Amino acid sequence: MKPKNKKIDYSKWGYLFILPFFVSFFIFSLIPLVDTIRYSFFEYYRSGIKEIGPNFIGLENYISLLGSDMLKYAGNTMILWIIGFIPQIVIALLLAEWFVDARLKIHGTQFFKVVIYLPNLIMASAFAMLFFTMFSTNGPINSILLSMGLTGKPIDFLGSVLGTRSLVGLMNFLMWFGNTTIMLMAAIMGISPDVFEAAELDGCNSVQRFFFITLPQIRPILAYTLITSIIGGLQMFDVPQILTNGQGTPDRTSMTLIMFLNSHLKSKNYGMAGALSVYLFVVSGILCFVVYRMTNNDDPDGSKAAAKKAKKQRRG
Amino acid sequence: MKSKNPNHLRSIFAHVLLIILSFMCLFFFYILFINATRSHADLQKGFSALPGGYLLQNLKNVANDGTFPMFRGILNSLIVFGCSAAICTYFSSLTAYGLYAYNFKLKKAAFTFIMAILVMPTQVTAMGFLRLVTNMGMYDSLLPLIIPSIASPAVFYFMYSYLQSSLPMSLIEAARIDGSGEFKTFNRIVIPIMKPAIAVQAIFTFVGSWNNYFVPALVIQSKDKMTVPILIATLRGADYMNFDMGKIYTMILVAIVPIILVYLFLSKYIIAGVTLGGVKE
Repeated sequence: MKPKNKKIDYSKWGYLFILPFFVSFFIFSLIPLVDTIRYSFFEYYRSGIKEIGPNFIGLENYISLLGSDMLKYAGNTMILWIIGFIPQIVIALLLAEWFVDARLKIHGTQFFKVVIYLPNLIMASAFAMLFFTMFSTNGPINSILLSMGLTGKPIDFLGSVLGTRSLVGLMNFLMWFGNTTIMLMAAIMGISPDVFEAAELDGCNSVQRFFFITLPQIRPILAYTLITSIIGGLQMFDVPQILTNGQGTPDRTSMTLIMFLNSHLKSKNYGMAGALSVYLFVVSGILCFVVYRMTNNDDPDGSKAAAKKAKKQRRG
Repeated sequence: MKSKNPNHLRSIFAHVLLIILSFMCLFFFYILFINATRSHADLQKGFSALPGGYLLQNLKNVANDGTFPMFRGILNSLIVFGCSAAICTYFSSLTAYGLYAYNFKLKKAAFTFIMAILVMPTQVTAMGFLRLVTNMGMYDSLLPLIIPSIASPAVFYFMYSYLQSSLPMSLIEAARIDGSGEFKTFNRIVIPIMKPAIAVQAIFTFVGSWNNYFVPALVIQSKDKMTVPILIATLRGADYMNFDMGKIYTMILVAIVPIILVYLFLSKYIIAGVTLGGVKE
């Protein structure tokens, strides 16, 4: 058997090169996923040292989850995400617009970029622990407020719903606004300068330019940021977990879905944890699909809507 | 000249807001640093803006604390996350190259599949993962934190985009004509070309897994295998009011200093890297 010299078939190398990825994915993601889905239909938990199950119970886990506090935790997750996301996107848009606007002559751009991105790299658990000690009743923040005479007695930030939620939101804001700013900046710099020049000739002021040119132009990136942030929000765990010691205090108002999952896993309640995972899987699956469409589409939807909006504005 | 004035005002406003935001970002680290240099008794008296001279003593206390083996934790973290970063970037490059340079039947399907799982949260498979790890006898060991990083869709996507922009197929063909084996071509020619991308992703993987808490917290049980985030969490869980506060601040400081150092040296690449792949991790 003489190998055909003219045409060597390289395709086996392709398979070989992508093999480790798929083997690893198969073992560490796919098998666990199937296992998770399977046990979601079983009664399977540990009570004391006794293991109950696994007994097949159909959809019972799913139904009892709907009756439990899961929806409340979903609501908490959403509230915590919104508190962090709205200031994040507003500030990020402003900063991105300013950084690329040469006429503003921002000094030390590089320095500011380095500083605002810094919190993103800090270990979320250490950051949360730091906030916990700083905002505790005898922590430095209260001691500063007291010595400035802004408050008569120490404020119990972590004892109130608003306080805890705001702290989680503040941390998420600080951790992510730098990242978003840099992403949006790249998007704005990608807009053709001709468009801005034309707008300038037409006598567009900076506010009009921002709302009618920049925003519609970076719409795809904005949508992408939004979706990835929602997925990140869905996974919110470290910050509230450490801040409230896994309790979601006060009265479980800062308990997120993943914290709920974590507590089921810790207590080895596999059936319930499985059903909860499947709910999360479905939601994130839908979001994944949206992201997939956006990253694989040369002309992501949104541009049409933007064009329509611009048209409407012109008419109005 | 008329249009210069509003710009001037906006410029001032922009600088003020930027300074406030930077202040917010740095303020917490400043407090952390100050408090880590003061003794417990000092801290009880209230906040002071000036550092004390207690840092070395605090560091010694942290190092000698058997219940919270912080330095052991840092060592564990370094082992796990150094390995993860190396494995993850190498195999992601390999996968990206495999899909980029070769034509085969399942190529399109494989690519679509990876893109579909791009942003899938690891948490949804956590339950099965935990059971699998237990059944494989890897519970309470560092291996399950390292090996799964072979399959990192986000890093793969980054590498793939990078290859598309910077690796001409003619180069590979030239190597083939010179008689270089496929594997050798990858290691000797493709990897050096991908160095910038690998550097950026190695940093991100390192930072990401250094800060990772969810999976390690499920898998690791014994004290001497704990990574830094778990130690911080146990610190929070303990009856912390009885602790030496100076020590607690020092522990947090020790936990985040390595990353800050890495960042200060590499901030230029990190910031450039954020937008390159366009993928948040």
